[in-house]
This record gives sequence, structure tokens and C-alpha cells, in this order.
Amino acid sequence: MNYNWNWGVLLDDPYLMWMYTGFGWTCLVAICAWVIAFTLGSIIGVMRTLDNGIARGIGTVYVEIFRNIPLLVQMFLWYFVFPELLPKDWGHFVKRGIPLPEFWTAVVCLGTYTAARVAEQVRSGIGAIRNDQRNAAIAIGLTSVQVYRYVLLPVGFRIIIPPLTSDFLGVFKNSSLGLTIGVLELTAQSRQITEYTFQGFEAFTVATVLYCLVTFTVMTLMQKIEGRTRIPGMLSLGAK
Amino acid sequence: MIEIKNVSKWYADFHVLDDCSTFVGKGDVVVICGPSGSGKSTLIKCVNGLEPFQKGEITVDGTSVGQKGVNLNALRSRIGMVFQNFELFPHMTVLQNIALGQTKVLGRTEPEAHDRSMLLLDRVGLVDQADKHPAQLSGGQQQRVAIARALAMDPIAMLFDEPTSALDPEMINEVLDVMVELAKEGMTMMVVTHEMGFARKVADKVIFMDEGRIVEEANTKEFFEKPRSERAQEFLSKILSH
Ligand SMILES: Nc1ncnc2c1ncn2[C@@H]1O[C@H](COP(=O)(O)OP(=O)(O)O)[C@@H](O)[C@H]1O
Ligand SMILES: [Mg+2]
Repeated sequence: MNYNWNWGVLLDDPYLMWMYTGFGWTCLVAICAWVIAFTLGSIIGVMRTLDNGIARGIGTVYVEIFRNIPLLVQMFLWYFVFPELLPKDWGHFVKRGIPLPEFWTAVVCLGTYTAARVAEQVRSGIGAIRNDQRNAAIAIGLTSVQVYRYVLLPVGFRIIIPPLTSDFLGVFKNSSLGLTIGVLELTAQSRQITEYTFQGFEAFTVATVLYCLVTFTVMTLMQKIEGRTRIPGMLSLGAK
Repeated sequence: MIEIKNVSKWYADFHVLDDCSTFVGKGDVVVICGPSGSGKSTLIKCVNGLEPFQKGEITVDGTSVGQKGVNLNALRSRIGMVFQNFELFPHMTVLQNIALGQTKVLGRTEPEAHDRSMLLLDRVGLVDQADKHPAQLSGGQQQRVAIARALAMDPIAMLFDEPTSALDPEMINEVLDVMVELAKEGMTMMVVTHEMGFARKVADKVIFMDEGRIVEEANTKEFFEKPRSERAQEFLSKILSH
């Protein structure tokens, strides 16, 4: 192979800046999307554990839709189709009115998609709690909201820290799909650098290292959280 | 105090409770026994509305449990319940377990709840375990905490669902002792158990269930001396021979 390695080019103006801002956008998209995914996913997941058939039905439909349509298709649907479905003024606002429409589209798309995965984790976490545990909470007179707030959610979330970690990492990886609608995140910038300099190996190597760095940081962080919330004397939670 | 009148319950086609009726007076201790799957747990869960039922009526202290519009949470807070597997909240300390209902349901302040919890822990002999988590306690200790948690709500009656059947034999008595003491103080109790020694000592009445029906209901002495039904005789001879 006759490849001219040139790592130095990445330090040149403006490529270093591109790499830097690309990494910034990746983190920003992922974190904003995660806020949506975690909030919405928790609500949908809880809905799927309620007695109320309508709430459960809505939850199920949501999860099935967002989990089964390929993410890339969802990205295009949000970007191209969704604004057309809105009333004219609104559609115009979504396309032109808000600053950074590509960024927000990517955030909403990744957020709502990941919410379906989070919802499934939340549902299984709560489902792993013995029925009499819930009964014990109800029996002391707690309201349904209190039962979730003080017993089911604190225990359920502890059970699902490991799978939630991998969903959180998934958002970072999937954020690269933002490039298809023009978000200049890490992968998009690496591609752009390749086009300008023909030093694609270097650019993508650095991108890979940055993605790994994120993974490592997130894993460390989640391990800290897991350690902090660990219940004394308990080896594993959620055994039926 | 607790009146169960012609209660029937189905899971789809399956008849779990078949026309059950009984009465528990204030201060009475009623022991419910019978083979596994006979509907004992389901019956006592109907009393505090944990399980709905399709037919009949249950009243507790004059309040009808199944009726629409009844504040079930308020009623439940006045009926203590103890489960086979303790069901302490694993992420809370012993003290927090006992205080939760007091602060969130009864509206006691933290210091009030703390004092009351410590008093109850003293009563079940576990003051020194107050800051531990349930998983750090033995089964017998956990069940005593669960009893303290129920008592913290100042219940007018207590329901027990096989409170000792998940325990190692050497821990059964420490739990039964607490229950005997409660009974002697005049607590109204419905106890699902196969501990016939306990029944003999404190029960006013024994109910024998089979296949969703109350097959036999007799005062304790009668039940042990000459059970009327064949199924009860069979059952008694089986568990007493152990
Ligand atoms: N949620 C449920 N759905 C269907 N059947 C149930 C359910 N809960 C209990 N049962 C059945 O009802 C019967 C009575 O159960 P239970 O009251 O727990 O019996 P016991 O406490 O006397 O062992 C059992 O046959 C059990 O399988
Ligand atoms: Mg049972």
C-alpha cells in the first residue's frame, strides 16, 4: 500500500478546529438526545406497567413503532416528511424558524428512538420486582404515584443501570447518523477532512479514538453511579 | 371488625374464592390454614383490597372494601400486612422502611416518625439494626422489621400471609413470639399459617380452606380435637405428623 501518512495535517488550520467542533456536536447531540430518551423513556416504560389498559396500549404502540423503523429512515422522516405534515406555519417554523434545524431534528430523532429502548429497560426493571413488593408498598397506604416514586422506580432503576449504560453509549454511536441530514458532528467532519486533505486514515483514526474515549468515560461514570447506589448487603437485585 | 360475606373471585374461568364468609371480631385472632393453592393468600389480600373480587362484600370497621368511592389508601393504612418474603424495601435502611408510611401517609414529621420507629424496633428487639439495610439482616430479623413497619401505622387489624414459611427453623420462634405478644395485647389478627402451635396458643378460631372454599370454621379447641370435615382431618394429620 502506498499511503502517505501525515498526522501533522490534523493539527493544521482549520482541520484541528473541525475535529474539535465535530466532537463537540457529537457530545451535544448525544447528551440532548439522552435527556429526551431518559425522560420520555421512563414515562413510557412506567405506562407499560400500569393497570390502565389505555396507558399500556399507548406505551406498547410507541415502543413498537420507534423500535422497528430503521433509525436512518426515522432520521429522514423527521427531517423531510415531518415538517410537511404540520400546519403550514408550523412546518415553515420547524424548517427555517428555529436556529440549527438539523441539530434539533437529530436530537429529537435520536431521543425518541432511544426512548423506546429506555422504555423497555424501565419496564423490565420494574417487572423484575416481585409483585408482593409492590403489594407491601400499597398495603401501607401509599398512593400509586408514591409506590412508584419511593419503591418501584428506585429499585427498578438500580436493576437496569448496566443496560441503560449501553443505551447511553448507543446514542453517541448513533449520533453519527446526524451527518445524513447535515449535522457537522465528528464523523461528518472526519469525512470532510478526508475530502480536503486525502488523509482519511488519520482523520478516522482520531475519530475512533475519540469515540473510544467517550465509551471509556461513560463506563467509568456509570460504574461510579452503580457503586454509589449499590445496596449494602445485596449481591444482585431483581431476583424474583 | 372484619366481615367477609359471600365473597367469590375468579381468574378468568378459574374460581379462586367460592362463596367465602366469615367474621373476625375486635381483638380476635383467626388462623387460616389449608393446602397450597387453596386461596388463603387471595382471601386475605381481598380484605385490604390488594385483590379485587367480583361478588360479595367485605367490610372492615364499617367500611366496605370493594365499593367504588371508598378511600382504599386510607383504609389500607389502618390494616397492617406482613408477607411471606418480608418485602422490606431493599434500598432503604430499617429505620427508613419503618418511617416511610408514617411520613408519607400519616403525615408525621421526621423526628416523630423516628421516635416511633425506634420504639417499635425496641419492641421487636432490633434497635441496634436501625441503620442497616434489609439484605444485611437474617430472615427472622427482616420479618420482625416488617412487623414493626406495619405496627408503625397504628393499625386496627393485622393480616399475616405465611409469615414464617420462608424462614429457617431456628428463626421461626423469634417471629412467632412477637406475634403471640401482639395477640395477647388484643390486636385483631388474620393469620395464614401452618404453625399449629401458634394457632393452639392464641387463635380464637381456625378456618380451613380447600379449593377456594371455607370448608371448616371452628373455635380452636374444637378444630384440633374433632375436625368435622374429612379434608381437614387429613390435612391436620399430615402437618401434625411432621
Ligand atoms: N394472578 C393470578 N392469576 C391466575 N391465577 C392465580 C393468580 N394468583 C393466584 N392464582 C391461583 O389462585 C389459586 C389460589 O392462590 P393463593 O391464594 O395464592 O393460594 P394459597 O395462598 O392458599 O397457596 C392458586 O391456584 C393460584 O395458582
Ligand atoms: Mg399463599
